[in-house]
Amino acid sequence: MKKILPKMSSIVLIVILLTTVLGCGEQTEPEVLRVATTTSLDDTGLWDYLEPIFEDRYNADLQITARGTGQALELGKSGDVDVVTVHDPLKEAAFIAGNYAAIAENFSAERVTWAYNYFIIVGPEADPAGIGNLTGSLAPQEAFQKIQQEGKANPDTVKFVSRGDESGTHGREKAIWASAGHNYTADVVGDGEADGWYVEAGTGMGATLAMANELMAYTLTDKGTFLAYQGDLDLVPLVDEGDILLNVYAAIICRNGSHYQMANNLVNFLRAPDIQALIAGFGAPEYGEPLFHPWDPEICGLP
Amino acid sequence: MTEIWHSLTRAVELIVSLDPGVIEVVGRSLRISGTACLLAALICLPLASVIHFHHFRGKRALTNVIQTLFFVPTVLVGLFVLVLFSRAGPLGDLGLLFTPTVMTIGQMLLIIPLLLGLTISALSGVSKEIVDTATSLGASGFQAGWLVLKEARYAVLAAVLLGFGRAISEVGCAVMVGGNIRGATRVITTVITLEAGKGDLELAIALGVILLLLALIINIVLNRLQQR
Repeated sequence: MKKILPKMSSIVLIVILLTTVLGCGEQTEPEVLRVATTTSLDDTGLWDYLEPIFEDRYNADLQITARGTGQALELGKSGDVDVVTVHDPLKEAAFIAGNYAAIAENFSAERVTWAYNYFIIVGPEADPAGIGNLTGSLAPQEAFQKIQQEGKANPDTVKFVSRGDESGTHGREKAIWASAGHNYTADVVGDGEADGWYVEAGTGMGATLAMANELMAYTLTDKGTFLAYQGDLDLVPLVDEGDILLNVYAAIICRNGSHYQMANNLVNFLRAPDIQALIAGFGAPEYGEPLFHPWDPEICGLP
Repeated sequence: MTEIWHSLTRAVELIVSLDPGVIEVVGRSLRISGTACLLAALICLPLASVIHFHHFRGKRALTNVIQTLFFVPTVLVGLFVLVLFSRAGPLGDLGLLFTPTVMTIGQMLLIIPLLLGLTISALSGVSKEIVDTATSLGASGFQAGWLVLKEARYAVLAAVLLGFGRAISEVGCAVMVGGNIRGATRVITTVITLEAGKGDLELAIALGVILLLLALIINIVLNRLQQR
C-alpha cells in the first residue's frame, strides 16, 4: 500500500496536467459570462436551448446557475454573477433601488422584460379542497382561503407545498396569501406548519412539484415548469385565472459584476426578434402549447 | 471581510444563546443519525460475527463487495430509497417519503457496509486461540461469538463511531428522501446547503461549527479507544 500511493498520485497528477494542457487548445478564448437564473427558466430547459445559440453568436462561455430569485439577486449584489434573469417585480425593484443594477445600453433602463407566462395553482385531481370550480379575477385568493380552511380541518388530506426559498414563485405565493387577507408569518407558516397542512420545501420548482405530487398536495407553480413536468405528475391545473397570476421574466445587469459589454449582448439577445420567435415556439412540439409567451409591451410593460 | 466576520460572530452568538432554530436542527440530526447508527449496529454486529465464523464459497467476494460499498455515493443510496418509497414505488403505500423515518432508513443503508466491513476486520484481529480455547471449554457458537465481539470491542466501537460520522455528515441522501422540509426534515447538512444558497451565512456557519465540533468529539473518543 505504501509503495502504491506515491505511484498513484503521480499518475493522477500527470492525468490532471495533460487534461489542462489539452483543454487549452482552442484559438480564441470565449469570454465567460455568469448568469444566475430563476429555477423555472432552467427546469423547463429554456436556458439549455438558448445557451449554445448565444455562445456561438458572441463567442461566449455562458455559465448559468439556477437559483430562486432571492438567491439569484443575492449573487448579483455581491457581483458573483454578471446578469440575473428573474421574475419577482418587488425584489427586482428593491435590487435596482439598492443601486446593484446597471443600465442596459440599448434600453436605457435597468430592468428589461423579455418573456411572460402565468402562475397556476395545481393539485390532485380529486381536489379535496374544492378549488377547481372557482372563477373570476379573485379565484387565486379564494382558492388559497379554501386550502387554508380545509387544510386546517383535514391536514391529512389537504396540504399545500410552498417553495419556501425566497424565490419569485414564493414571493408571488406570499402576495396571494396577503391579498387573501392572511398574515403570512402567523396564519400560514406558523399555524399551517403546526397543523401540518403547510409544507415548506425550500427547493426549486421542479423538486417542489415532485414533492407536491408525492404528498398529493396543492402548490403554486409557473405554467412553464408545470407543462415541462406534467408527464411525470398526477397533478392537474385547478386555478389559472386572476390578475395576480401574471408572471413576467426580466433580465438585469449587475453593477458589481464584470463583462459589462457581454452582459449587454445577452440582454439584446433575449429581446432580438429571432430569439423572441424561438421563445414563442419553445416547448410547443413536446407539450402541446408553448411554455413562454414572447415579450409583449402591453403585458410586460416597457422597456 | 467584515461580512464574514459579522457572520462568524453571529454564528457564535447563535450557538452560545442556544438558539431554538439551531437546537431543533441539531437535535433532529442527532436523533436521525443516532438511530440509523444504532439500527445499523444491531444488524451488523451479529451479521459480521456470522460471516466471520463461517467459511463458505464466495466469502472473499462478499468481503470485496462490502468493502466496495464503503464508498457508495450518498446520492445513490438516496436515489435507491427514493425509488423504493416514492408513491409509485413498491413501498409507496407506507407514505414515509419526506419523513425523518425514511431519512433514518437511508442513512442506515448507507453505513451498513462500512459497519459490517470494519466489524469483520475487527473480529479478524482477535487471536484465534481465544475462540479455540472457549470452544474446547464447551462454549456454544453464540457464546464464542459474543466473546470475540467483547475482545474486539474497542475496534468495533470505533467502527460504529465512524458510521455515525458518515451518517451525520452526509447531505445527498438526506435532501433527496427528506425533502428538506422546514420543521420536519431539515438537518444540519441540508440547512447549511439551503442557507448558504440563500446568502444567509450566519446559520450556515453556526451549524457548520457544530458539525465540526461533533467531528472533533468523535475523533477524540476514537483516539482514546485506539490507544487502549
